[in-house]
Amino acid sequence: MAAAAHDAGHQTSLGVDNRKLLMWIFLASECLFFGTLISTYLIFKGQSLVGPFPGDILDIPLTSTSTFVLLMSSVTMVLAVYGAQHGRLGLMRGMLVGTILLGTTFLGFQVYEFRHFGHVGLNLGTNQFGATFFLMTGFHGVHVGVGVLYLTSLLLGSMRRSGLGKERALWVDTAGLYWHFVDVVWIVIFTIVYLIPE
Amino acid sequence: MATAVGTLSHTEDRSRIWEWMTTVDHKKIAALYGVTGFIFFLIGGIEATLVRTQLAVPNGNVIDADLFNQLFTTHALTMIFLAIMPMGASFFNYLIPLQIGARDVAFPRLNALGYWTYLTGAVMLTSSFFLGGAPNGGWFAYAPLTSLEYAAGKNLDFYTVSLLILGVSSLMGSLNFAVTIINMRAPGMTMMRLPVYMWMTLVVSFLLILSLPIITVALVQLYFDRNFGTNFFTPDTGGDPILWQHIFWLFGHPEVYVLILPSMGIVSEVLPVMSRKPLFGYSAIVFAGAAIGVLGFAVWSHHMFTTGLGTVPQIVFSASTMAIGIPTGIKIFNWLGTMYGGNIRFTTATYFSVAFIFLFTIGGISGVMHASPAVDGQHQDSYFVVAHIHYVLFGGAIMGIFSGIFYWFPKMTGRFLNETSGKWTFWLLFVGMNLTFFPMHFLGLAGMPRRIYTYDEGLGWETWNLVATIGVYVIVVGVSVFIVNFFRTMRQPQTAGDNPWDAATLEWATSSPPPEHNFDVVPEVHDRDPLWYNRDHGIAPAAKPEHLHIHLPPPSYMPLIVAMGVALLGIGGLSHVAVAVLGMAVVVYGIWGWALEPTE
Repeated sequence: MAAAAHDAGHQTSLGVDNRKLLMWIFLASECLFFGTLISTYLIFKGQSLVGPFPGDILDIPLTSTSTFVLLMSSVTMVLAVYGAQHGRLGLMRGMLVGTILLGTTFLGFQVYEFRHFGHVGLNLGTNQFGATFFLMTGFHGVHVGVGVLYLTSLLLGSMRRSGLGKERALWVDTAGLYWHFVDVVWIVIFTIVYLIPE
Repeated sequence: MATAVGTLSHTEDRSRIWEWMTTVDHKKIAALYGVTGFIFFLIGGIEATLVRTQLAVPNGNVIDADLFNQLFTTHALTMIFLAIMPMGASFFNYLIPLQIGARDVAFPRLNALGYWTYLTGAVMLTSSFFLGGAPNGGWFAYAPLTSLEYAAGKNLDFYTVSLLILGVSSLMGSLNFAVTIINMRAPGMTMMRLPVYMWMTLVVSFLLILSLPIITVALVQLYFDRNFGTNFFTPDTGGDPILWQHIFWLFGHPEVYVLILPSMGIVSEVLPVMSRKPLFGYSAIVFAGAAIGVLGFAVWSHHMFTTGLGTVPQIVFSASTMAIGIPTGIKIFNWLGTMYGGNIRFTTATYFSVAFIFLFTIGGISGVMHASPAVDGQHQDSYFVVAHIHYVLFGGAIMGIFSGIFYWFPKMTGRFLNETSGKWTFWLLFVGMNLTFFPMHFLGLAGMPRRIYTYDEGLGWETWNLVATIGVYVIVVGVSVFIVNFFRTMRQPQTAGDNPWDAATLEWATSSPPPEHNFDVVPEVHDRDPLWYNRDHGIAPAAKPEHLHIHLPPPSYMPLIVAMGVALLGIGGLSHVAVAVLGMAVVVYGIWGWALEPTE
């Protein structure tokens, strides 16, 4: 990062910072990653030979609640970026805490849901629904978890005496790109798994 | 240099090995990639030699069937993922900053991490031979052969885990290369002034960025099938073996272009310089390369014509496959047009580049034959396909890489490889490869299936199999001559000079080998062939400033720590989850250390 930041760094060819461009291109890669997982889910949709089937066990009100929680975390993320860009550090830290808590709450819902499905007999090997559902939503959960870790690192970094340094806004903004992407993926997954009937 | 976590202050104290382990200099990382890639090229070659020795005569008994399966599988995996791609990454690393006029890549430490992760995956894949058995399901590992029912050992788990690690490595490299080319060009270096090699690198990077996540999912699914009882690819509870083929080739076909496009780029650099005239049809070559990249995502099912796709998909994929012949043809005619009327210097690099055009065209034509589902049905799983891919990969990718080695060696080391010895290498490789692979066309049409470990006499396959095996030994001699040439050259004094070929691109504007900071003054670009423009317009190179204040990123051991964490994750995936958890912790520690490391 240093060579970039130093030489051409302050004046890149596109005018976008290298790290932000890296995140954008990485997210393009992530699109194909989730695209493949979602495609697999769709290919095996209705192919399960034994139950439990999606209609038997999906709890739409519950997951709608967790979806709402995750969507709200995007709002707090936007406010955190705003705080970082305008030097309002209290707002930034508070909103980072809020985003982390909302993300963790979403993960809590997911853990509950996975355990509940396990109790009623849906596991990875039960049927195609179990395999594709757990892999897809599980990887999404992992991404939320990584995001929580990412934001927690930024939060801790901002507590240091030197804070996040003069590139604070860039760091938080780039983390925000990742966070919003993970949110958008969930909207697609939620629609496909929970809202579209079999 | 500040002293803190991960940074090193006592330059004079640290040993040479430590210097290489912590380097973030793109030229040193290129050397690491290049040497490691070449070593794995030799390992893959030994595997191939064993395979061909077994097949030299009917009912051969050099190796048994099980080892044969492991050898042909690891031969392919080694050549593709551990040899050709890393040697490509070596050239990318070396040339990207030099050709676009930058001091380094955008993310030097990420670059180092890419190399160490590659080494981790490579060692893991190769070590499987000594840890219970190497992958034995072919490099495309078709389901349900890979299910626990038919492959109980750890062989296929080594396959999934090491390919996942290698995928992470390639992804990091590609992201870095793409950002560097897009965002760190010297003043005046517009996209349409980029050297063709840079364009091909950019296309390859995007191919990998968009195709690696696809195979990642497939490998995870296979891993889950084998370890956590899912049934993605086994039909027991409704799984679909054909789905593996779709996902694999959706990655696998772009991957083929990942292997060949860099060599196309090398040829596009070598031929204009050696013909002493500008590249013919620059924009056509650039757009053809991009078109190959885009079309590469739309042809995967031509690997699956015999799976019963149905008429419409067969027609569509047949047409899209033939369509790729058009941009490829454009390139071939542009290279011919570049040489036409030129004052050609017949150096070893020229020989390899011209051979590339010839051999790649043969491979391309047999490729278009496969585009017809009716013909493909006859060729499927026969040696004809083996002949085709080796004309493309050996005749194409490897010939291009050798051309690049001979062309850029003076820049990288300040020394010329011996030309006489080089031409011996060329003729031995050229004759050897044609002896090996051309007879495979006949064998395939005579019905010899690929991947059989032996065959009976009286089937009419004896002669050509023997010829093919002799050819492999000719290749072995050719590669040995090259290795001798390399070591003898490295003992010579550095006499090459800055621009011995009178080349046009920016890497020749600096010294050979270049200083750690690449350019004393970042060059300004006025033309597609900047050095020829400067020469013809009498523009002298900028004077060296009296005081150089160039900040270079300090070395770091954090990439090494993260790579160790990735290694532990992989070992955990093959043994116990506790190791994986430890690996995860090491990765997180490494990334934190990385983020807190002062780079100013």
